[in-house]
Amino acid sequence: MEERNELLDSNEAAEAVADSQASENEAVAENLHDSIDGTVVPEAEDVPKPRAKKEKKRAVARKDMTMAQWTWHEMKRHKIAYLMILPFMLVFILFTVFPVALSLVLSFTNFNMLSMDWDMFIGIQNYTRLFFEDDIFLLACKNTLVFAVITGPVSYVLSFLVAWFINELSPRLRSIVTLIFYAPSISGAVYLIWGVLFSNDSYGWVNGILLDFGLIDAPILWFYDEKYAMTLCIIVALWMSLGTAFLSFIAGLQTIDKSLFEAAAVDGIKNRWQELWYITLPMMRPQLMFGAVMSITGAFSFGGVVTALCGFPSVNYSCHTIMHCLEDYGNQRWEVGYASAIAFVLFLIMIGANTLVNRMLSKVGQ
Amino acid sequence: MQKMRVRNHQVVLNRSVGGDAGIFTFLIIMGAFMFLPMLYVVMQSFKPLDELWMFPPRFYVVNPTVDNYVDLFTLLSDSWVPFSRYIFNTVLITFAGTFGNLLFASLAAYAISKIPFPGRGGVFWLIQRSLMFTATVTAIANFLTLSKLGLMDNPLAVIIPTWGSSMGLYLMKQFMDSSVSDSVLESARLDGCSEFKTFWVIAMPMVKPAWLTLIIYSFQGLWNMGASPYIYSEQFKTLNYAISQITAGGIARAGASAAGTVLMMLVPILVFVISQSNIIETMASSGMKD
Repeated sequence: MEERNELLDSNEAAEAVADSQASENEAVAENLHDSIDGTVVPEAEDVPKPRAKKEKKRAVARKDMTMAQWTWHEMKRHKIAYLMILPFMLVFILFTVFPVALSLVLSFTNFNMLSMDWDMFIGIQNYTRLFFEDDIFLLACKNTLVFAVITGPVSYVLSFLVAWFINELSPRLRSIVTLIFYAPSISGAVYLIWGVLFSNDSYGWVNGILLDFGLIDAPILWFYDEKYAMTLCIIVALWMSLGTAFLSFIAGLQTIDKSLFEAAAVDGIKNRWQELWYITLPMMRPQLMFGAVMSITGAFSFGGVVTALCGFPSVNYSCHTIMHCLEDYGNQRWEVGYASAIAFVLFLIMIGANTLVNRMLSKVGQ
Repeated sequence: MQKMRVRNHQVVLNRSVGGDAGIFTFLIIMGAFMFLPMLYVVMQSFKPLDELWMFPPRFYVVNPTVDNYVDLFTLLSDSWVPFSRYIFNTVLITFAGTFGNLLFASLAAYAISKIPFPGRGGVFWLIQRSLMFTATVTAIANFLTLSKLGLMDNPLAVIIPTWGSSMGLYLMKQFMDSSVSDSVLESARLDGCSEFKTFWVIAMPMVKPAWLTLIIYSFQGLWNMGASPYIYSEQFKTLNYAISQITAGGIARAGASAAGTVLMMLVPILVFVISQSNIIETMASSGMKD
């Protein structure tokens, strides 16, 4: 706002023509617009004033208006913008913003879709049940955190390292390598092949090899064994995790000005790791933050793959995540109130983790 | 002055041979980890029955055959709902969802990026926050909303929510910020272009990479969509669902299911290969400022 104020002050000539009824007078409105953006600063005399004669002129400047008046003035002037965001915002609010609010409200009720009984507000009972009585939810919380804390950072670092390493390849080779690393994340159900590789009979590739070499006597149940299931799921998650963040890193690396590295070499940067720390990472900060959001969100939402590979519920709940709890109460028992509490907790965890990590990343290279 | 290396007739700064070798090894190992499972699916899809069930299992195929693909189509054409119906559903959902998302998101991205209306900071803040959680959080509430709207068991229940998907809008807005100059838009407006015309004639052609990226993101999501909780009639199910049903048919269908997986993954991979340079160009401006 201050910036605008300044601009206006410096253009008082242009301002003088701007009427309070500017929204009715397009040419004049455009003129004011120009002076605000500071891109074109026409002299008052040059401005076409098609309807200027019939209107009494009254100078309107930012400083003559209260904040509310100014905002209203700006809103009227840009009313077309509201029309343009309207269709998107309607759908976005209905299916993304509203559901979060609805989950919060429902989480204080005991609404059940099957019995349709509403005792309505039961206070924080759902939350006390979640954190003090529901052992499976607590286990799921632990699993989700283990999962996210390993998958998120590892996939993030991996995405960055691979992107950084392939940055020096020739464009043709780079696009082939990009495809190889990116393909698993876009190929839909291909991850089911891990179920074949680690299948629990002797025809599974890994079991077959191990049996053949005599390392084991009987096939291992892999995805159906508590000891291995979680680790394997993490491996599959990592395999599929070089997605949007990876592409963002590749693109970001290509936009860094090469002359910076030459200048740095003259200034005494000795190896690629110093280059990374002093130039590449600080230059990449916006991409790093975007990539972090993508990695974290991905790491917390890895339920479907576990279900497909380990079954639902997984053996002894060894891979049960918050998403599975949600599915259990939401889509099978229809305890919508309780499921909403779970959804809201998951929402808070995701937003919290993202905010925390972005705070940390904004300090990179500073 | 330090030692300099020359690669492809160019001076290479700050790169040691040892480091290059280490990185090369790392890339080979990681590349194998990424690529071999993909290759294995393709191998499986060409294996005859005796090679699929041999002991010890063999990675590569010796007598390739297309039997599995023939099987797949026989199985699909035997299904209760004609196979073409699944294809139609997937194509319908993919096109309608992608088109609506492109139209709505690009209009909104233009307004947020280029028109300084009061509240745009707040709108964009909301959109950035929405990237931080997934559809799982909203699934149950959306179930209630969609059933109240009477859209249950209707392809629209899948199509309409994608129109408000924020990923494409975010990428497009960031791209517009960095690659559509305000002065060009200003001069168009001064020449009497309406805001809609400026958007359509001036801004949209300049952000071609961004809308291609949006199309591909939307397409990938919708193409790979399997069973939706909002749809229960068989005649509205998708191709991906039909193929996953074959996989669920158990070990006798291992070959056919591998063939189905290969066919399903081919499409998004091809689309990415064709549009890779545009996506990378868009991603260059994807960064978040605090």
